[in-house]
Amino acid sequence: MAVISRPSGKVFALKDNKSLFPYLLLAPGLLWLFMFFILPIANLAQMSTKTNSGETGQFEQTYRFANFIDSFMDASGQFARSFLYATLATLIALAIAYPLAYAIAFKSGKWKNVLLVLVIAPFFVSFLLRTIAWKQILGEEGPVTAILRTLHIISPQTTLTSSAFAVVTGLAYNFLPFMTLPIYASLERIDPRTLEASGDLYANGFTTFRKVTLPLSMPGVVAGTLLTFIPAAGDYINANILGNPNTKMLGNVIEARFFKIVDYPTAAALSFTLMAAILILVTFYIRKAGTEELV
Amino acid sequence: MKRLTRWFSKNLIRIYAGLAFIYLFIPVLYTFIYSFNDSGKTNLIWKGFTFEKWSNPCGAPDICSALGNSFLIGFTSTFVSTVLGTLIAFALGRYKFRGRSTTNLLIFLPMATPEIVLGASLLTMFINFGFNTSLLTAIIAHVMFCISFVVVTVKARIASLDPRLEQAAMDLYANEWQTFRRVTFPLVLPGVAAAALLAFSLSFDDFIITNFTAGTVNTFPKFVYVAAGRGIPAQANVIGSAMFIIAVTVVILGQVLGNKRKSKVS
Repeated sequence: MAVISRPSGKVFALKDNKSLFPYLLLAPGLLWLFMFFILPIANLAQMSTKTNSGETGQFEQTYRFANFIDSFMDASGQFARSFLYATLATLIALAIAYPLAYAIAFKSGKWKNVLLVLVIAPFFVSFLLRTIAWKQILGEEGPVTAILRTLHIISPQTTLTSSAFAVVTGLAYNFLPFMTLPIYASLERIDPRTLEASGDLYANGFTTFRKVTLPLSMPGVVAGTLLTFIPAAGDYINANILGNPNTKMLGNVIEARFFKIVDYPTAAALSFTLMAAILILVTFYIRKAGTEELV
Repeated sequence: MKRLTRWFSKNLIRIYAGLAFIYLFIPVLYTFIYSFNDSGKTNLIWKGFTFEKWSNPCGAPDICSALGNSFLIGFTSTFVSTVLGTLIAFALGRYKFRGRSTTNLLIFLPMATPEIVLGASLLTMFINFGFNTSLLTAIIAHVMFCISFVVVTVKARIASLDPRLEQAAMDLYANEWQTFRRVTFPLVLPGVAAAALLAFSLSFDDFIITNFTAGTVNTFPKFVYVAAGRGIPAQANVIGSAMFIIAVTVVILGQVLGNKRKSKVS
């Protein structure tokens, strides 16, 4: 390579096309997103202020904005739990994924592609089957309980399944590839010469990591934490399979309101509050982390 | 001893990565082992080794019709979302136009919305419009949440292309369409393939949105979820393990073929 600059989107000048062509490319996909993402959200907003008109499944529009406050008060415990579990799971996933992505990007040599495939491979075994497998692994007959009991880390009465511990483990596990891949992508993009330059300037390995590698990989960390936190906060499968009645998350409440109680307005109000809370958090986080380019 | 510590600290990161892979694969291994379990209705406790479930994967009632629906939804929504998403990715990756940032936001929002909100909002709309949920509504929903992931994957590939290759083609008197067909598109194709694979695996494995939008239509994840209450037949493990083996084989074959082509080119 004679030219120093690595190929990247910024080198390429975008075509300044005044014709309608780019809009033709966009139209079908954006129309789909408008009809099946924006419009449903508008429907959800409309549903969230309705009240039950007496019969099951019949609701009339009363613009009852108190639905938001009532539903939030009723489910505030599950709300807090969703955000707590999702935060814990995201931190655990980050602690596992960053060194893993680092090892794949810098220490794997010709095995790089194979290791990358292995990171996504568990995806192909159904998410539900793997969650159920965790129930077996952490269960009474499973190896983890036996080992921890022999080592006297947990008492013979303590069980690992049906607990907050199991739910957080499941969440961290299920979204681990979503954390690993963006971090890997941003580490892989680092020009090795910047690391050499840092060494030439007498930085030791740790300083190079702290001052060069880590800041350059921040876009990946931001993308990874978002891709882990968001689905984890809305999840109810892990809480259902690995938890107990005291570990119910907001997703469990929304699901029950929708399918068991047929109380659509409350379910809609809760969904809306969850979405708003996540969007506010995400905006704040992106501002703070200072990355413009997402994913 | 000193040597050992030095080896240990030098390879610390590799050991850590190895442990992470063990963590990733323990549940996969469990699923695989229990596909050989000679179990009755529930498959939680080991009863003995058998090949019976592998020779008769459709042995559990409804499991294969659910699997068929998952494939149908998966293939259809992968195809539609890959086409729509690739078009958007080209517009974003190649053209300046008004409304760029709005488009980017519209692509980002579905990924920043929890699945349960996507599912609940779609179901609310279908109820409001008196639309019966079925296979069709499930496909509509799956295309919707796959599009953003396709756009992001293909856009990254377009951004990583060396612009000099296209300039070279233009210098050699290729017109815009020829450049696109002979240079740009073949270079972007691996990104499109990766996006399609991602879309299929997201669709095939989706439970939450499907639960809201598929009505009474059963899919493989729905089957597993319902069965989890009263005990999952070992056939579910057989299908999960088989999907894993097939997918890994396909991906590794793709890698090997890709590497061969690359070494031919260089």
